[in-house]
Amino acid sequence: MTAPLPGHAASNLSRVATPPLLKVDNLSLEYRTAQRVVRATHQVSFEVDRADRFVLLGPSGCGKSTLLKAVAGFINPQEGQILLQGKPVKGPGPDRIVVFQEFDQLPPWKTVKQNVMFPLLVSGQLKRAEAEERALHYLDKVGLAAFADAYPHTLSGGMKARVAIARALATQPKILLMDEPFAALDALTRRKMQEELLLLWEEVRFTLLFVTHSIEEALVVGNRILLLSPHPGRVRAEVHSHQYDLGSLGAADFQASARRIHRLLFDEAQTPEQADELGFNDIRIAY
Amino acid sequence: MTTTPVRQEYEVQLEPLRSVPLERQLPLAQRLWQHGWLRKAVILVVIAALWEAAARYQGNDLLLPSFLQTSAALWDGLISGELPAKVGVSLVILLKGYVLGIVLAFGLTSLAVSTQLGRDLLGTLTSMFNPLPAIALLPLALLWFGLGDNSLIFVLVHSVLWALALNTYAGFLGVSETLRMAGRNYGLKGLRLVLHILVPAALPSILSGLKIGWAFAWRTLIAAELVFGASSGKGGLGWYIFQNRNELYTDKVFAGLAVVILIGLLVEGLVFNTLERLTVRRWGMQR
Repeated sequence: MTAPLPGHAASNLSRVATPPLLKVDNLSLEYRTAQRVVRATHQVSFEVDRADRFVLLGPSGCGKSTLLKAVAGFINPQEGQILLQGKPVKGPGPDRIVVFQEFDQLPPWKTVKQNVMFPLLVSGQLKRAEAEERALHYLDKVGLAAFADAYPHTLSGGMKARVAIARALATQPKILLMDEPFAALDALTRRKMQEELLLLWEEVRFTLLFVTHSIEEALVVGNRILLLSPHPGRVRAEVHSHQYDLGSLGAADFQASARRIHRLLFDEAQTPEQADELGFNDIRIAY
Repeated sequence: MTTTPVRQEYEVQLEPLRSVPLERQLPLAQRLWQHGWLRKAVILVVIAALWEAAARYQGNDLLLPSFLQTSAALWDGLISGELPAKVGVSLVILLKGYVLGIVLAFGLTSLAVSTQLGRDLLGTLTSMFNPLPAIALLPLALLWFGLGDNSLIFVLVHSVLWALALNTYAGFLGVSETLRMAGRNYGLKGLRLVLHILVPAALPSILSGLKIGWAFAWRTLIAAELVFGASSGKGGLGWYIFQNRNELYTDKVFAGLAVVILIGLLVEGLVFNTLERLTVRRWGMQR
């Protein structure tokens, strides 16, 4: 039922007739170093539907973060395009809010409440009073109402991540982009944050694009997982994981899925394509 | 294969901990010693005592008037209204030059963070003019602007501008990429990004630049007034020092110097410390 799709193919498993919320079409991204231009992803295509929890999963350096930054509008595509509700993405904007991994994404000169209000005010979305009301509403949702007037440096890592999530949700973006948001947290806090994120999703039904390098986290958090090959990132497969949550950790089918993903990501060395590329030098060494 | 464990497993029922206080106050002496002004006052008292002892040992108040003699001269100057008037003249010019320098430095660094050419301009100008002592420009300034406040303001701007611009620019460069991206994510760009994100995030560097600029400006002003204080008919503090040295009122010279020092301490202690306490230290950006 969930056979791996051929490479480069977008999801066609969705039987919903509505157009996708986010369409990434044949996207190639490059980044510049001082000496050369490096290709980060090559002709990646996928579609995210409303209320999807779409996970980009791949080994380190596969360009998944670059992909997310391109969707956020920080990087211009080299080839292909990104369409949000049919309109091409041009530059960063508050309709796609990013939750970063780093704790310093919260301006330290603003209290927790001011942090959540900040994007609402600078984007001109709301007046001060309404912004404050909405900030308190979402802070309450992530369980931080009591810390509204605290400064970020007095919070723990998990609490900072919660503030960043509340801030992102408060702007009510069309899509929420999370770039390994829990990677800097300890294991216990990470588990708790995954649980809370799923509870919030149950309640708000936001659309989520989530980048991670942890197979387990991808299976728990996502309902659809896009597997990217190692550098440069190409689509390897799309796997569905809507049936799993934190309760399925350790279950037999969960383990099987995890093993399958692991095989898809890392056992590529044995594919015939690669074997064909072996030159005479390699054979001589083997001999 | 399995060995029977020698130790027993156990569980403890935890009652709420009420017998021990969760917080204790530090002893009075330690709490007092936490106050910076007290520690600094102790240092000042020790210095005054050493000075008094040295002056009495030396016994020549034409060369080194004692602390008490200087205090008396200072008191006379303050009561007669001569010193406050001189200080007023100096401070007005100082503030004019200082504020103008800050405005120019801010413009130059804003240009530098937004354009490549601005960056090069700032880099070149700073490396050209920063090592140039402001007082060396005074003859030129006198030629251009004549004897008067404008020449002084010119050299003051020169002394403030480069130090502050250099520090501010370094601060802007140090702002983390995540914080910049967060700001751009909410639709901030150009001058709004500078004001909303870069300036507060770089505030520790900007404040240290302001402090250095203040010290440079003070220094330059006193030196310039020593050279040509009475030009506009009303000399400042530097002129007061110079005049009294000519008339061999060494205690008044010391009183003038003491005023320079006192104003320096006052500005450092009241203005900059308050500013730091209300901003960077409150935000946890500086200890």
